[in-house]
Amino acid sequence: MSQKQYWKGLEELEQTPEHQQIIENEFQNDLPVLGLSDKLLDATTPRRDFLKFLGFSTLAATVAASCEMPVRKAIPYAIRPDAELLTPSVPNYYASTFVDNGESVSVIVKTRDGRPIMIEPNTLSTVTKGGINARVIAATLSLYDKARLRQPYVSGKSVDTFEKVDTPIAQALSSGGAHYLVTGSIVSPTTKDVINRFLAKYPGAKHIQYDPVSYSGMLLANEMSYGKRALPGYHFDKVQTVFSIGADFLGSWLSAVEYSAAFTTTRKVLGKDAKNAVMSKHYQVEGMMSLTGANADERATCKPSEYGKVAAALYRAITGGAAVSTGSANVDKLVKAAAADLKKGNGLVVCGSNDVNVQVIVNAINSAIGANGTTIDWSATTNAKQGIDGDMVSFVNALDAGQVGTVLFHGVNPAYDYFDSEKFKKALPKAKASVSFNDRMDETTQLCTYAVPDHHWLESWGDAEPRVGYYSFIQPTIAPLFKTRAFQDSLLKWSGASEAYHDIYNQFWVSKLGGQANFDKALQDGVAEPATPAIGGASFSGNVEDAIAKASAKKGGKYEVIVYESLGLGYGGAWSNNPWLQEMPDPVTKATWDNFVCMSPKTAKEQFDAELTGINQVVREKRIVKVKVGNKEVALPIVVVPGMHNDVIAVAVGYGRDIKVGRASVNGKNTYPLVTFNGQTFDYANEAAIEKTSDLYPIAITQTHHSYEDRPILREYTLASFKENPRELIEERKKELEHYTHLHWEGHHPEDPNGDLDEKAFEKNGTMYPVHEKPGIKWGMSIDLNTCTGCAACVVACQAENNISVVGKHEVLKSQEMSWLRIDRYFSGNPADPDSIQAVFQPVMCQHCDNAPCENVCPVSATNHSSEGLNQMAYNRCIGTKYCANNCPYKVRRFNWFDFNGADSFADNLYEDGQRDDINDDLTRMVLNPDVTVRSRGVMEKCSFCVQRLQDAKLVAKKEGHPMKDGAAKTACQVACASNCITFGNVNDKESEIYKVRYEDNKERVFYMLEQLHVLPNVNYLSKIRNTNAIVAGGETDEMYKQHI
Amino acid sequence: MSLYFRSKSFFRQVTFCALALIFTLISVGSASAQDGKALFQANCASCHNPIKDATGPALKGVDKRVPSKDWLHNWVHGSAKVIASGDKYANDLYNKWNKTAMTAFPNLTTQEIDAIVTYVNSVPDKKPETTPTGGGGGGEEKDNTWLYTIITLGLALLIFILTRVNKTLNKVANDKQGLPTKNETPLFRSKVTIAIVSIILMCLAGYWIVNGAVNTGRQQNYMPKQPIFYSHKVHAGVNQINCLYCHAGAEKSRQAMIPSTNVCMNCHKQISEYTGEEKLVTYEGKEVNGTEEIHKLYKAAGWDAEKKQYIRDAAGNIKATPIEWIKIHNLPDHVYFNHSQHVAVGKVQCQSCHGAIQEMDEVHQASDLSMGWCINCHRQTAVQFKENDYYSIFQKYHDEIKSGKREKVTEAELGGTECQKCHY
Repeated sequence: MSQKQYWKGLEELEQTPEHQQIIENEFQNDLPVLGLSDKLLDATTPRRDFLKFLGFSTLAATVAASCEMPVRKAIPYAIRPDAELLTPSVPNYYASTFVDNGESVSVIVKTRDGRPIMIEPNTLSTVTKGGINARVIAATLSLYDKARLRQPYVSGKSVDTFEKVDTPIAQALSSGGAHYLVTGSIVSPTTKDVINRFLAKYPGAKHIQYDPVSYSGMLLANEMSYGKRALPGYHFDKVQTVFSIGADFLGSWLSAVEYSAAFTTTRKVLGKDAKNAVMSKHYQVEGMMSLTGANADERATCKPSEYGKVAAALYRAITGGAAVSTGSANVDKLVKAAAADLKKGNGLVVCGSNDVNVQVIVNAINSAIGANGTTIDWSATTNAKQGIDGDMVSFVNALDAGQVGTVLFHGVNPAYDYFDSEKFKKALPKAKASVSFNDRMDETTQLCTYAVPDHHWLESWGDAEPRVGYYSFIQPTIAPLFKTRAFQDSLLKWSGASEAYHDIYNQFWVSKLGGQANFDKALQDGVAEPATPAIGGASFSGNVEDAIAKASAKKGGKYEVIVYESLGLGYGGAWSNNPWLQEMPDPVTKATWDNFVCMSPKTAKEQFDAELTGINQVVREKRIVKVKVGNKEVALPIVVVPGMHNDVIAVAVGYGRDIKVGRASVNGKNTYPLVTFNGQTFDYANEAAIEKTSDLYPIAITQTHHSYEDRPILREYTLASFKENPRELIEERKKELEHYTHLHWEGHHPEDPNGDLDEKAFEKNGTMYPVHEKPGIKWGMSIDLNTCTGCAACVVACQAENNISVVGKHEVLKSQEMSWLRIDRYFSGNPADPDSIQAVFQPVMCQHCDNAPCENVCPVSATNHSSEGLNQMAYNRCIGTKYCANNCPYKVRRFNWFDFNGADSFADNLYEDGQRDDINDDLTRMVLNPDVTVRSRGVMEKCSFCVQRLQDAKLVAKKEGHPMKDGAAKTACQVACASNCITFGNVNDKESEIYKVRYEDNKERVFYMLEQLHVLPNVNYLSKIRNTNAIVAGGETDEMYKQHI
Repeated sequence: MSLYFRSKSFFRQVTFCALALIFTLISVGSASAQDGKALFQANCASCHNPIKDATGPALKGVDKRVPSKDWLHNWVHGSAKVIASGDKYANDLYNKWNKTAMTAFPNLTTQEIDAIVTYVNSVPDKKPETTPTGGGGGGEEKDNTWLYTIITLGLALLIFILTRVNKTLNKVANDKQGLPTKNETPLFRSKVTIAIVSIILMCLAGYWIVNGAVNTGRQQNYMPKQPIFYSHKVHAGVNQINCLYCHAGAEKSRQAMIPSTNVCMNCHKQISEYTGEEKLVTYEGKEVNGTEEIHKLYKAAGWDAEKKQYIRDAAGNIKATPIEWIKIHNLPDHVYFNHSQHVAVGKVQCQSCHGAIQEMDEVHQASDLSMGWCINCHRQTAVQFKENDYYSIFQKYHDEIKSGKREKVTEAELGGTECQKCHY
């Protein structure tokens, strides 16, 4: 399949002259010094001036050198905490739970000297199964967010004690009226208990759960179909066929961390028994190009208004009714094939629509294929989303009608994320009093009378029940940084309880788990789960024909707009001000720092005059269009995304925040106004009118930064062809490299045709350099392209672990982003036909070449090789020539153009765009990992294989006096990978997992990037296997390619 | 606070002498008493002194004081039990020492306790000589540099005078004979001389500048004045407290750790005055009142010396403030140094880097802590290759040792001089 043509962006496919020019230049922008002053460069320096300068600089150096050293102090503890609890510089790990409005993930928090600095998944949880996502990892940065409220506020003015808010709020509550407590979905059993006490104290008070991105449609449909207003547990690890209608279950849908970790277990293919390889099959029908769609085996597009039709067609195909056409031949084909596969058993159909009728049809299909009880669990249902949209709408109506006494908001921000936020904003002042527990002066808190900020979850006690019967515990990992108070304690105080939340929490769990010892163990493990999980079924009793009739009657428009959650910012909230997430390139579009209109290349070119070669690809300035839904209008720039349905556009939420949410959050526009309410549920996909404007706006897209200039670097096979000839890749490699495994004067002994490539001989004879032995450890990494979903959790984990600077949009535009680990996303197919687009994700970091091109060209030997196979980078030796970056074939080296971390060391030294400036702060710097040097400007940096972790693992083994155990040393990206696609270890150890992957179990799939260069990388990849028969785009021999490209 | 450097160039010699002494003692000393000494230092020295009362009583002759040997064993294994049993001697002792409970040592075997007793009984009544003079070096060498300089200068002056005399005599002789005297260019105007001198000067200046630049930021012999005159000599030298008692992190963590005040107070609740025989004198020669220094500690630790109890705030927390020590050993931020790697794994003595710390009243930086100094040690020092099973993966070196090709494996041969062993 190597003839298949891959491209990162249309500019690469079209090979426009502008693109050629950019990739040939070392720097995408002129060097700042060149623009500075021509006079300076042209000036002749007379000998006397030269001597003057020489004398001056010698003198200056002498003066500087004779300066007194600063006096540094060593201040120990006054009273040292128990040695069991804390030894300075030795990290402690606490099991806790990430919670964010219904989403909950069991995690391990690493603290150094009392500061949480890293979040890793808790592998004991059978719910998340060691899964984690970028937002969870980035939570440490949100803890140290400068924009967090530092004390309570009354009418926008800070007050120094809680009494000053408690008294008036208690008064307001006791003065009567209909009180409302508006929260996100509550997954904590003890918090529910506290809320019930509060509601009991104030009869008539109502608790409303509100989800900005809601699953009401599913909740109501399940009530109609199964009599339960609940969301089931999905067992993606048990599926053989999954059919998703617009559900981004690997990225943002419902409990995606859980599903992503589970689903990828069905995608593992071992070369060892390729003949019997089993792999799940993934069909996707959707309007936009989602992360899940990009990973699908078979994909077709339709408008979101047609989701009902697709579901109906699938239902008919499965139940054997008359075939229904959806209007698209590709979708029809897909539905037919999927129906056959789904009937084979262990099927699952999921749908991202919030339309009750569509969800009822999906329930009917799942019931028909027997999914209930096999892949769908109705006994341990999911608590992640509980909000009913109608409740929220009637609350806002009550508010508007002035029928509300006191209203309390926790974790929700309707002034920003409610579909009719204007109405809400006008109505809120009509309440007698309003209280916000939110952590910052967000749009709603600004309008509230009182702000009583809650702790961050890293500072609090708590619990979560992500699925019924599965508990996960929160324990504080740092004392509250600010004068904040637990939300539960505030409620208890106002309901006149004498107990503190922690007492209630403790009593609840001690009695529930049967004793303090059990609770202690549960806290240490972080989870308490049923010993014998059983999957419960349910029987469908809904009216499917009625649903089909209603869903099929849905009218679509010329254009339809989908409002989606981006993988970085999610629904918005505090994440909008998280620079790590803002700068994390979106997996599919590779754009940073902004939201935009995703549009298909064809539509953009034909209808909106966004020339492929001009505005939309090479030039960063994008054309702005106005998107109108009803009477609401949002103007955003167009970003061309292959794989979008030609009549569908998509916009992300979470952007365009108020400056008080944080300086990083202001880019882009709020797109929640494009959501509508259909009388029952919120609609996230609507008919839209698009209007061209003449305005332009720059978007920082990283997709063709660090280009390989079209060298072939991917290997992809269909499951069928892999099963037929698993050795295809080995033979290909042999054909290309065998010639170099021997010296020509020694004569070539034809090797065993069934043998593998002799890598040792290739290493020795393919070069004129001597081979350096690696006597003890030789580190190696293997990345499975089959299970990598491109979710970018590794990118953020790398950033958190290695103190990688955020550079800001301004610098990303100059392609000066610093991430050591990037995920290359390749498309193949015909850009004009969205159904033909396939995508592959490939994480790329320093390949730690044993014959590294960067090492040879460093004039000061700042980068050199270790006896363990690491390509080392000594920052303090680097003088910044950047020769290494130029000579790196993988483009993984990053240069520090500025002193990003110490930028505040003198005044007025902040950068132009101002967005990353809030992280140049003593508070934010608490997130830095003390074991990794903070680089200053003028030096090159790159992936170190997390050498600090490797050294630590070796030290532990040395102290214990045994050889290092396999798996003791794990890189940050490996730990963060929910789908376990990174294997890392000592290749010299024949028992290690990495050795087995490379040379025993999966050698048929192993390849190295640009292996023919004989750079001998220590990172290998495992070929992508797609469970499909269709090869949608080949090279010149392919008809479609000839026709369209 | 000002800082200043004080010359301590002879310290390196003293370090070696001290080390030599320590090694000699370890290898030659009597087995039982020696084990006892080690055990005593590791377990007992923080509270007991063999010959005088400290936090606990002087231990010399303890076996004769107590009711029986078994009693002593029980006491050490857990004094609380003995006291609880109503034993009269035990209760008297407990009350006499202000009801300070002795830490239990259930892990010490009876033989080990006996070895400790043997050791404490072997300590001479007079304070043991701790200053290791002599050792292997055979007395301090006198510094004769000045003498040589004076002799050289005298000789040079003599040569100069004699040359001048010779020249003058020649000239006089020539004048007498009517011969013309060659008018010599004076030495300082000769172009050759000027060239040679300027080249020499430039080389010297270059050497000086480069050396100065390389040494920028290094602080060998740095000896700042500390907020409390804490003498390592009194604690680690005279009273032989194990380094790890206070610097507990050295075996476990990257930081050796400076003890918090509550660690100091473990002993100083009892020891409220300095009664050492040696006077404490600062580098400048000013005498220091040790008792006053202990009271500075009390102030920081929040200890009321009169009432013999901690001063507490309303919430019951001890009102202690950390002591702001001046940091002496400073490594640049881009250097990763881990104490436990060296102490626990490498079995390196503290003195190897910190000098004869047990001799220092005021601590100074004994080594220059330069990269060259680190690398040198890594090149020369053999790792615990056979002892530590971690190194079993280096099959090649094991084979070479077996075949007699090599005797030891140095840190450098295991990659200990590679950049990313310390810089990441």
